[in-house]
Amino acid sequence: MKLTKTLMASTALTLAAGGAFAEAHVEMANDMTLVSWGGAYQASQQNAYVEPYLEMNPEVTATWDESSNEAVAKMRAMAEANNITWDLVDVVASDAIRLCDEGLAMEVDHDELLAPGDDGSDPTDDFGDLLVSDCFIPQIVYSTTAAYRNDVEEWGGEVPQDICALFDLETFPGQRTLERRPINNMEWALLCDGVAKEDIYDVLETEEGQDRAFAKLDTIKDQVIWWSAAAEPPQLLADGEAVIGSSYNGRWFSAIEEQDQPISMLWDAQVFDLDGWVIPAGLPEDRLARVKDFVRFATDTQRLADQAAYISYGPARMSSAPLVGDHAELGIAMGPHMPTAPENSQNVFVYNYEWWADYRDDLDAKFQAWLAQ
Amino acid sequence: MTDASADRVTGPTPDTAIRDAERQDGPMLAADGTPLKSALGKALRRQKLRALMLIAPLLLFIMVTFIAPIADMLFRSVENDIVSQTLPRTVVALDDWEYDSGEVPSEEVFEAFARDLAIAAERKDHTRLGSRLNYETTGISSLFRQSGRGVDEIGEPQMDALEELNEDSIEPFAWAAFMGTEDWAAEVEAWDADQQGLAPVFRPNNEAVAAFPETVQLYSAYAETARIAEDSAWDEDPFPIVFHVFAQELAEADPARLADIPGPAGLDLVAAREAIAALDIPSTRDAFLEIDEDWADPEVWGTIKAFSSPYTAGYYLAAMDLAKTPAGVEPVDEDQRIYRTLFLRTMVLSLTITGSCILLGYPIAWLLANLPLRTANVLMILVLLPFWTSLLVRTSAWKVLLQQQGVINDILVWAGLVGDGSRLVLINNATGTIIAMTHILLPFMILPLYSVMKTIDPSYLRAAKSLGATNWTAFWRVYFPNSVPGIGAGSILVFILAIGYYITPEIVGGTKGVFISNRIAYHISSSLNWGLAAALGTMLLALVLLLYWLYDRMVGIDNVKLGG
Repeated sequence: MKLTKTLMASTALTLAAGGAFAEAHVEMANDMTLVSWGGAYQASQQNAYVEPYLEMNPEVTATWDESSNEAVAKMRAMAEANNITWDLVDVVASDAIRLCDEGLAMEVDHDELLAPGDDGSDPTDDFGDLLVSDCFIPQIVYSTTAAYRNDVEEWGGEVPQDICALFDLETFPGQRTLERRPINNMEWALLCDGVAKEDIYDVLETEEGQDRAFAKLDTIKDQVIWWSAAAEPPQLLADGEAVIGSSYNGRWFSAIEEQDQPISMLWDAQVFDLDGWVIPAGLPEDRLARVKDFVRFATDTQRLADQAAYISYGPARMSSAPLVGDHAELGIAMGPHMPTAPENSQNVFVYNYEWWADYRDDLDAKFQAWLAQ
Repeated sequence: MTDASADRVTGPTPDTAIRDAERQDGPMLAADGTPLKSALGKALRRQKLRALMLIAPLLLFIMVTFIAPIADMLFRSVENDIVSQTLPRTVVALDDWEYDSGEVPSEEVFEAFARDLAIAAERKDHTRLGSRLNYETTGISSLFRQSGRGVDEIGEPQMDALEELNEDSIEPFAWAAFMGTEDWAAEVEAWDADQQGLAPVFRPNNEAVAAFPETVQLYSAYAETARIAEDSAWDEDPFPIVFHVFAQELAEADPARLADIPGPAGLDLVAAREAIAALDIPSTRDAFLEIDEDWADPEVWGTIKAFSSPYTAGYYLAAMDLAKTPAGVEPVDEDQRIYRTLFLRTMVLSLTITGSCILLGYPIAWLLANLPLRTANVLMILVLLPFWTSLLVRTSAWKVLLQQQGVINDILVWAGLVGDGSRLVLINNATGTIIAMTHILLPFMILPLYSVMKTIDPSYLRAAKSLGATNWTAFWRVYFPNSVPGIGAGSILVFILAIGYYITPEIVGGTKGVFISNRIAYHISSSLNWGLAAALGTMLLALVLLLYWLYDRMVGIDNVKLGG
């Protein structure tokens, strides 16, 4: 056992020395490739934390790649080719979970990696339930919610009060627009078919429950324009092509506030979803060090609050909420436009990630087959 | 002179060689004495080689960018080694289990599975396998994710019992010394000094192998996992499952022999045996049922067994609306059938688009070929103009034109042709796809048609008319047959382009106008089911080749001209 003892001692020594050595000598790479969605959202990231970070670190350059849409497929292709060119990738939470499952995104220790909240809270408490995956670093809460045209004559002055207006062709005639996938639509259909909110996923798990949701959707099927890009619904409503429909709350915000369209939000039964960063697995040490440094800065309390000045998505940190101010250009207070604002979030759904990870493939096949009928 | 020179030639000349050959009945010889046949062959080979060198860059390019990806796609559509690689022990153990029995597999299977899963979870492979199997049976994804967390508890009580006897006995260094050779320890020590590269590969010592073969096997899997993660087995805690297996082997061992074996960190193995025997360890099967009761579902095990071979036809079956289930190949539920419909629709719509391209393109090509050059050039620019506009812009423009509140409907309503309440539905259906894609693919029909028509001598038509043909007869009997190669070329181009289109159908196709390629794109980028995407792609390729062959049989591929 002598060998073991000496080995143990020497290991401990070299480990300590090696650790210190490593700490001091990991150099940070000076280039970062950030992946995001383009458009207004990417601009909000650029303004809120990329530019400030580059100002603080003039030696660093950041390159954007607007590929978040196909990030999952591209990251798998990169991993297979063993050539990771991205440093930090912005994805929705369900994609983050998939990437984590596939081993394509790096698992992180949130408490170690992220900055504590301004109020001194631990990151795990500050982000709370939003840390839906070990690989996922949340930035914003957005929601898929309904909105309607507020000048439809056929409605005779009736105003949609809840999500079930989508299914009420008698009171609210006209074309609808919904996303071309089962997620959200199935939940809304069951909700409006009389299923209690807390039972929805239990019901949806059964064959009968799925049939029930499809039957409800059948009642409006020939009045629905199915969208696949979230920019479509605001355009369809603005053109009068559809009178009510679903999209992301930020898209509605820009149609209503920035483009002054006669559209109103219907926050009822909005579905919360998350968007955030993942770090690709297998980054070289110097690039990883730079990314960690950047992420720590970009997701601190102030930066996330700053982002809300450019886009109407809620900061993922609880400690950021009180710091949300006015829109950078319009000058209107952003607080009331956040999906998380108390008056908007009286009745919300939280996307059930685990459930959909299981049922997505199955239900999507059914949904597409149903659409094709 | 001739005689003298002939004398100076010592070897055979071609002339003499032929004579020699005739005389001697031997091989014909070249000037240097080698047989003519091989000399010729050599010269030809050199020529061929030179020609090959010239096309080598192109060949290489095509191999790398075209042939290799297609081969890779073909391979992916059948590849399935993830199950047998992640769960090697389970796959073997499941050999004796039959799905038809309807029973939960034996303890032996669960035991093998616990070991596989513990290693896979440590390597983060179990969730990948879970998503793979979730394509086949819904629910396996989260089952694997949860069980990967739960499997850590198998072996925990045994670990605690050992720790109580001897605090150091579960430490990494104690186990490394207990399991490994001294040489290995020395190598690790040397490696530890600078930690360059990966740690040395684990080598078990003979005593450990003799006394605890299975523990050693699992320990080496653990050591390898640590090594790959750029750690060393000397620093990382062994997996609890190692202790689980160790406890089993302890229980089975002969106590008399145990007394002679020094345990980890000097642990008294006889005492350890007793301490573990005193524990109330549930069976591994019960441990798994505790984690999730779905493990009692034969469906789950049947899926693992059905997909345990390294190659599978499952993706192709799925692409034909069939499913490989534990009970055999079955058609999927009616409410999930989609691929046959999509293949059929892709064919029908592509043919329709090709047809409408011919109808619209033929007169334009004729105009282009017969107008004076100046006017024709202006027209040609108009034909080519769409090429300079982004595909997305062109497609989105159709949205503005075709939607119910769009330009075309507005004009129709204004002109009183259509009532305001019954505006035409021209988009978000198959009509939209046909209109937009006909527009986008039209130049691919016009250009080959034009280049063929350009070569049809106008005097043919004049000759026909001078012989008494009417305009129609002259066109139909003389001009049209001459232009058929152009139609052939244009049709092939348009059809093959159309069959693989997905951006335009995605934007204007709604639900009834999307193609099979939209589904392929979904599986590539959203569901990550690349195997199914590859199978669908391969079938599409096979379909195109089949149609091409049919076309060749019916029309003849020699009848296709892209120009002059």
